Amino acid sequence: MRPFSFSRAANADDAVRLGADAKFIAGGTNLLDLMKEGIETPEKLVDITRLPMTTVSAIRGGGVSIGALARNSDTANHPLIRQGYPLLTQAILAGASAQIRNMATNGGNLMQRTRCAYFYDIAMPCNKRAPNTGCSAKEGLNRHHAVLGWSAACVATHPSDMCVALAALDAVVKVRGANGAERSIPFNDFHRLPGDNPERDNNLAPGELITSIELPKSPFAAKSYYLKVRDRASYAFALVSVAAALETDKAGRILQARVALGGVAHKPWRAVEAEKALTGKKAGEAVFKEAAEAAMKEARALEHNGFKIDLGKRAIVRALIRAAGPDGK
Amino acid sequence: MKEDFESVEVSFEGSRRSFLKQVSAAGLGAVTLRMLESGAVVAAEGASEAPDMLAVTVNINGKDQALNLDTRVTLLDALREGLDLTGSKKGCDHGQCGACTVLVDGRRTLSCLTLAAMCDGKKVTTVEGLAKGEELHPVQKAFVAFDGLQCGYCTPGQICSAVALMQEARNGDASYVTGNVRTVGKNLKLTDDEIRERMSGNICRCGAYPNIVAAVREVQKV
Repeated sequence: MRPFSFSRAANADDAVRLGADAKFIAGGTNLLDLMKEGIETPEKLVDITRLPMTTVSAIRGGGVSIGALARNSDTANHPLIRQGYPLLTQAILAGASAQIRNMATNGGNLMQRTRCAYFYDIAMPCNKRAPNTGCSAKEGLNRHHAVLGWSAACVATHPSDMCVALAALDAVVKVRGANGAERSIPFNDFHRLPGDNPERDNNLAPGELITSIELPKSPFAAKSYYLKVRDRASYAFALVSVAAALETDKAGRILQARVALGGVAHKPWRAVEAEKALTGKKAGEAVFKEAAEAAMKEARALEHNGFKIDLGKRAIVRALIRAAGPDGK
Repeated sequence: MKEDFESVEVSFEGSRRSFLKQVSAAGLGAVTLRMLESGAVVAAEGASEAPDMLAVTVNINGKDQALNLDTRVTLLDALREGLDLTGSKKGCDHGQCGACTVLVDGRRTLSCLTLAAMCDGKKVTTVEGLAKGEELHPVQKAFVAFDGLQCGYCTPGQICSAVALMQEARNGDASYVTGNVRTVGKNLKLTDDEIRERMSGNICRCGAYPNIVAAVREVQKV
């Protein structure tokens, strides 16, 4: 690991001032690993864990604000999240291990980088790690890679579970810039598709600090489910994951639906076409299958990941069945 | 002064390096930890030429320890190389195996992915700090009684993890296999599925899992 200087920020102003030419560190579960591998080589680290951004609280309009530095485990088990956004609780608890969830923060979860093996192997070309060197995965071992939204430059997937639920729940990311200016980024505009610039995972400006994540009031608490499909039963990244949420009337007609996918794209993938296919219909397996087809209509397989398209469709159907509940209403 | 130091050799990547290590029999004074070019962490004498050193105080198993650290040193290396607390194990060093699990402010934490520099003022409990004198912690007793190990390398991490798990269950924290997270109350009863899911961050290559589950199940009964 390269030597780095280390400082502690006392407040957000302090952090963005110190962070202008540094990396922020909080949980460190991804950054420190990347530093050990020589993928991230910051000269300065700013410890932001002592900033007062650790609370989960109700906001005006019935929503909830989640501090960027609240730990994943505390967020998942906060009464406001468990009661109002059980989809987020499930998604967080589907990720990593209890130890890592105790360490990882919410802001850091958004900032984690792909686990593409070629990104991690500094002996191999990778456009995300070293722009314009080429993509080793596109013609390499790509079983874990993207089937939606990929480009010739990059076929990596975003690894987060939490972010899939946040995409489904229309979260907003609040950030503060180096000049103290604050702005809000709708969740689906936060992460990027790879295009020609896969080195950029998200739309944060240099030095910007995530301060909180806001969730609007949700009608989905009673009918939602996070399904994660992986190579082993626990403590593995998703091959495919689905965040499904429904609001239905008394007759079981779907008023609103949310479907987001993990493990299939460079960003948490909001399946808007699936949501359209569900809206106004009576909840049931046939309708869920139509939605699954719509979600995967644009999917394109690489050499080893064609199974993700069928798996994704089945996972969507199963997640919607679980979300709808035993009576489908 | 010579007798205040002992010469210790460590091997790393085929080369043997000698360095001086301060004998801190009385536990007084700061331990200086430096990183070699090879990546190995060594306890070193006196001030360092390394550019980025930092002084922190960490309470480890009930005792305040003053550490003068290369900023790159992880909590795991500080424990093992600096303080001779070799109970916590280095398995993968990348947060994938759980052998390095310790409790930081009572919560299970991977010491290999924690910078010691970030532990200033924190309370760390390692497997060495669980027993009360000769009286083993109930989780330790259960691992012995149920043979929750074979080679034993992952065991300190498994035990620290299980100790924290008991508190998480008392708190009513949910897991991915907990049914409806909206209705979970305190003092959660752990099924075998719950134990397996909640212990999944600790890998056992010998495959002692059935006995680990049995040990954790037993502790909960007590």
